[in-house]
Amino acid sequence: MLLDVQKLTTRFHTHDGEVCAVNNISFSVNAGECLGVVGESGSGKTQVFMSIMGLLAKNGSTEGAAFFNGEQIIGMRISELNRLRGVEFSMIFQDPMTSLNPYLRISKQMTEVLVEHRGVTQQEAARKSIDLLDLVGIPEAKKRFRMYPHEFSGGMRQRVMIAMALLCEPQLLIADEPTTALDVTVQAQILDLIARLGRELNMATVLITHDLGVIAGLSDRVIVMYGGRIVEEAPVRELYADPQHPYTRGLLDSMPRIDDDSNQKLYTIPGQPPDLQALPSGCSFVPRCEFAFERCRTDIPELRSVDEHRVKACHLENLS
Amino acid sequence: MRQDTLSPSTEPILSVRDLKVYFPISVGSLFSKPIPLKAVDGIDFDLYSGETLGIVGESGCGKSTLGRGVLQLLDLSGGSVVWLGEHIEGLPPSQMKVYRKQLQIIFQDPLASLDPRMTIGDIIAEPLTVHFPELDNGSKKQRVKEMMSRVGLLPLMINRYPHEFSGGQCQRIGVARAMILEPKLIICDEPVSALDVSIQAQIINLIKELQESFGLSLVFISHDLSIVRHISHRIMVLYLGNMMEIADRTSLYSNPRHPYTRALISAVPIPDPLQEKNKSRLVLEGDLPSPLYPPSGCVFRTRCPLVKEICSQEKPEFKEIGHNHRVACHFWDHQL
Repeated sequence: MLLDVQKLTTRFHTHDGEVCAVNNISFSVNAGECLGVVGESGSGKTQVFMSIMGLLAKNGSTEGAAFFNGEQIIGMRISELNRLRGVEFSMIFQDPMTSLNPYLRISKQMTEVLVEHRGVTQQEAARKSIDLLDLVGIPEAKKRFRMYPHEFSGGMRQRVMIAMALLCEPQLLIADEPTTALDVTVQAQILDLIARLGRELNMATVLITHDLGVIAGLSDRVIVMYGGRIVEEAPVRELYADPQHPYTRGLLDSMPRIDDDSNQKLYTIPGQPPDLQALPSGCSFVPRCEFAFERCRTDIPELRSVDEHRVKACHLENLS
Repeated sequence: MRQDTLSPSTEPILSVRDLKVYFPISVGSLFSKPIPLKAVDGIDFDLYSGETLGIVGESGCGKSTLGRGVLQLLDLSGGSVVWLGEHIEGLPPSQMKVYRKQLQIIFQDPLASLDPRMTIGDIIAEPLTVHFPELDNGSKKQRVKEMMSRVGLLPLMINRYPHEFSGGQCQRIGVARAMILEPKLIICDEPVSALDVSIQAQIINLIKELQESFGLSLVFISHDLSIVRHISHRIMVLYLGNMMEIADRTSLYSNPRHPYTRALISAVPIPDPLQEKNKSRLVLEGDLPSPLYPPSGCVFRTRCPLVKEICSQEKPEFKEIGHNHRVACHFWDHQL
């Protein structure tokens, strides 16, 4: 087990009160696998990993544990955390332009990482960086290595970000909506790249996205989040073929599909996503769930096994 | 006497011919002549009553500019827009006002398109205030409340402000504002792309319901090919301001002829792991060229897997290759 998260809870303190972004969640990532994390805005999918990376906003606080190769990283001192993040695990974000420093050449931003973490010479760092730019498919890597971020297109910038994340050969790459800002043809390029790198470097990847299509092609296992909790976890094929949580099934049914010629009315999940400042006392999906019964309103459903490989957080015995 | 085969209902309500929108861009020195950025470069289409025309393409293809150009919200550089038999291109705002009652638009960012200091009642009533100043407040309010319940908003929320609503509800307000005058045509400019998946379906169903009960025509602009397939009758594919292909929804998706359409369709991920992991994808190389310096001949040639010499010399004609199916490619009948 590469990453083992136990009972992680993240809160934000705001003027209007406490926001419960992540509520007591546990999961793990195995070496070499691709874990998909899917959820809508406000589901907590990003904040889970921001907490693990130690990147929470100032008003955020985390409880619980996250073990990376057995080492607890929640609450670790920054100096110690820096020994691991960017080295053993890296993260890339949705908008590459806000993650790159616009004032520095790519060369400076990339070699800095290696000089800092690996203690190599400038020359060696440059050679390695150019190799990586090559690997992620940037044409004329040698020339473009000297350029500034604004001289790259959106897709190319995301490639640069990926190359930077890979500099120290991490065991885990966390990609947060890596293709959401990109056009669909460029998205296809980047997804192919992430899949290829995962295979070739035997690197575990976590793919955070709202798009069930993106997850389907890449992941081995999927976690579905809602209201800061995990509502379902399953191997990718089982999840799509037989979703066991009403929310997962609703999401799958409400997406128009490009391979579907019907123009029937779409299935809809009624209502709005939950207010994280005032979560219902029971299951947070209750107000939108067509199967809800009395117990759902009072008890928060715990994750429980559906079969050997999958779990769900729902009081309903069987979703048929 | 032989009867005319065209009944009046088969006349298009909107005809756009050779529409051009150029933006002058200054490059180089302060005094050099600006270069035209051809955002929309010669678009033709007809729209029939009750029909939805989908317009797809990636960022920078000119799809939003096209929508604004049709509504005369931008100065056109050429071409004509005929609405119910009358030319509306280049009309001054005072004359255009008559047509604005029939032509409305819904924008992408639901919150940004609503004035934060107006109550939603005032926002939805504003088109009525502008076009029917003689209406008294009571009947205006009545119509606003009716429209609110039509689009799934509680009428008792009439005095609230936009920030009190979620993204999906704000988009319902945008829809109500566009519908209040009971227009004949609504241009929907990426109306659901800022919304979560579960909310997208709600808004799409709402737009379709309103279309059926009011007999609306829609121009549905989107980058999402799955949504466009679901909602449109016919679909046009744009690239760098040029038309690549137009066809009815079934033929466009089952028999796409332009290499760009084929690449777009194959790039869309399908929410089904079995299909998605085994499908062979046509991945386009490279990036969109600069629209300031578009490629000669066919604008798609720099990324086209079928490119041959003729493509850089001759701009392909937008030719009819089947019933209602037109494509701009020299090699539309070649295999990829």
